[in-house]
Amino acid sequence: MDLVLVNLIDGLVTGLLLFMLSAGLTLIFSMMGVLNFAHASFYMLGAYFAYQISIALGFWMGLLIAPLIVGVIGAGVERYGLRRVHQYGHVPELIFTFGLALLIEELVQFIWGRNQMPYQIPDALNFTAFAISGNSIPAYKVFMIFISVAIFIGLLYVLTKTRVGMIIQAALSYPRTVEALGHNVPLIFMGVFGVGTALAGVAGVIAGPVLGTFPGMAFVLGSIVFVTIVIGGLGSLWGALVASLLIGWITTFAKSYNIRMEDILNGIGISTPENLSDSMFRDIWAVTSPQIADILPYILMVLILIFRPYGLFGNRDA
Amino acid sequence: MSNPMKENQITTDPSKPAQRMRAGSLRIAALPWVIAGLALLVMPFVFNDNSAITIMNQMAITIIFALAYNMLLGQGGMLSFGHAVYAGVGGFACMHVMASTDFFEMLPLPVLPIFGGLFGMGLAMIVGSFSTRSAGTVFAMISLGVGELIAACSVIIVAFFGGEEGISGDRTYGLPFFGIEFLHQIEVYYLIAFWLMVSALLMYLFSRTPIGRMANAVRDNPERAEFLGYSSRWVRYYSFIFSGFFAGIAGGLFAINYEIVTEENLNTASSGVILLVTFLGGVGFFFGPIIGAIAFTLLQTVLSLQTDLWAFYAGVLFLATVMFFPGGLAGLLMMHVPAIKMGKASKLVVPYITTLIPALIGILGLSALVEMTFHVRHSSVGDEEMTVFWTTFDSHDILPWAVAIGVTVVAFAVMRMMLPTLRAAWADANATKANTSNGGAA
Repeated sequence: MDLVLVNLIDGLVTGLLLFMLSAGLTLIFSMMGVLNFAHASFYMLGAYFAYQISIALGFWMGLLIAPLIVGVIGAGVERYGLRRVHQYGHVPELIFTFGLALLIEELVQFIWGRNQMPYQIPDALNFTAFAISGNSIPAYKVFMIFISVAIFIGLLYVLTKTRVGMIIQAALSYPRTVEALGHNVPLIFMGVFGVGTALAGVAGVIAGPVLGTFPGMAFVLGSIVFVTIVIGGLGSLWGALVASLLIGWITTFAKSYNIRMEDILNGIGISTPENLSDSMFRDIWAVTSPQIADILPYILMVLILIFRPYGLFGNRDA
Repeated sequence: MSNPMKENQITTDPSKPAQRMRAGSLRIAALPWVIAGLALLVMPFVFNDNSAITIMNQMAITIIFALAYNMLLGQGGMLSFGHAVYAGVGGFACMHVMASTDFFEMLPLPVLPIFGGLFGMGLAMIVGSFSTRSAGTVFAMISLGVGELIAACSVIIVAFFGGEEGISGDRTYGLPFFGIEFLHQIEVYYLIAFWLMVSALLMYLFSRTPIGRMANAVRDNPERAEFLGYSSRWVRYYSFIFSGFFAGIAGGLFAINYEIVTEENLNTASSGVILLVTFLGGVGFFFGPIIGAIAFTLLQTVLSLQTDLWAFYAGVLFLATVMFFPGGLAGLLMMHVPAIKMGKASKLVVPYITTLIPALIGILGLSALVEMTFHVRHSSVGDEEMTVFWTTFDSHDILPWAVAIGVTVVAFAVMRMMLPTLRAAWADANATKANTSNGGAA
């Protein structure tokens, strides 16, 4: 039971981290109809900028400044890159963000090299918050949960309760009408893109010390983020939340409990073949859940796409 | 929808029969194919050392793969982020055929790629059954997810994919083909060249069939195609499985050429590379991917010898293509067709020279700056000497920096000065046309 609780907390941390990325991505998608392939690259930029700032000014200034820089870069990408490509159609837009992701990875390697950066958890948070029957929960995890929940509540508040949020929501569904009412829709789009990438930047700042700050970090998380918003339903914020938590928990539990395929197959009545080592399917019999934990989200996505192509919370017409 | 420069989309006056658009023509000009075939025959005599043949083999395989990819992207409007999977699975299948000695001994090697094609096709049939339901973003996402899934499986399912180290085989165990055992690179070259011609021709013919034409219609306006009574889903599905077939052939040729296939053949990075190659060449024309594959392979082999930063340059080039020349290299070439047809292309020569040479110098200067920055940042502490463009100097000195910056700035300034002349020449060369193209060097 205690282990379940520990895993629940670990899964929550992973899930909320994923949500910070997928929230921005899904907002940008519902706005422009284009998946931003480079979204995880902004997450990586956040981590690297925060590392560079933390050397000079400490972790907390990094947490404050790095997302701002990332947001400004994101807005610039929208203004000078995407808006230009937009006229050619959706596919070139998608290809553009894909190329951007490649370029940012190369750029990061160019500036910081290929090795992992020694980006550390700040001393103020480097202690054990509490322990559940011997399993200690570091304070940094609690801090991560607090930051993400705070951002989620803030985002929800801004989007649903403030005037700016109302205009954004209106601009997402009826850009022309909103424009006719005298609002600067391109500016709103640029702003949303900037905020979305800044959110990814925040995720990078707080995830960098835990998951490691290295040039491959965008790639590791990037495709999982896409899977998340496809499972949740493209363009749905709630879907993104549910799918993020789902993926966070599934992967965490799959990693910590060693469930073997052999047991499952025996459980449903298929007996282990006599000469397993010669069998064509010996690898399938030998599979264990920690082994496939990282590909479970993809399997889930393919299943979702077959049986419910618009995602858990998606709009059927989308 | 997907790109502004579709095949043969030259605005003409349809009332005059001589100028009627040729897009719908089912006639096939034989001349380009004969020239291409002859070129393939002669190439090994021109570039006859082993490394050149290796590069050409690589090139030919990439061409087949890129053409197969363009069946989806250019002709069908489907953006796939996981197409390397079909090539990879084809390669693995061929490798397993090679490994099963009894069967392989009855089989001449040139037939082997068909197995790769069939396996690629089979996988495409399974995946396509649910992924081709819609084009655009959803298709792209499914292709990415399936690609990641299979790439990840390749490390787990060791029996088929051989785990991290992949599987290897020996092509020479096959039934000798008219006495040829494919011991030498040159024999493999002709095998690949043969398959290149066959698959390129088949893919071209596919694009001329009604189903290939419908793929274009579905790409441009699926709703209208549905109203005409075609199921856009089935049209996409057929394109998808044929593309999978030819990707599998490319994979099989890879297996024959390198005699090893690993997880790298089907991961997302390879899928990204093929997208890059195809888009660079131009998705709007059949021959675009061919140019792209040739240019990219040369870039990869030549540039990667010169600099560690070649992937960075490739990324910049790719992004610049997407932003400024969405038609790719082929689109850039075909922009000049109207001017050539009117016999006014000669007017462009001088402005091109006066603009492009400064531009080239500027780009070289810029890349020198990039290399110097990289050297200053990443070389070991005492190492201050570097060589760029056959000149050796101290990268911590002020002089080389001043020279590089000066050259770059001056070159780009000259280019800017020359741009209006080029624009005017361009407008002049295309004068009788009502459509104003947006400039040769925007």
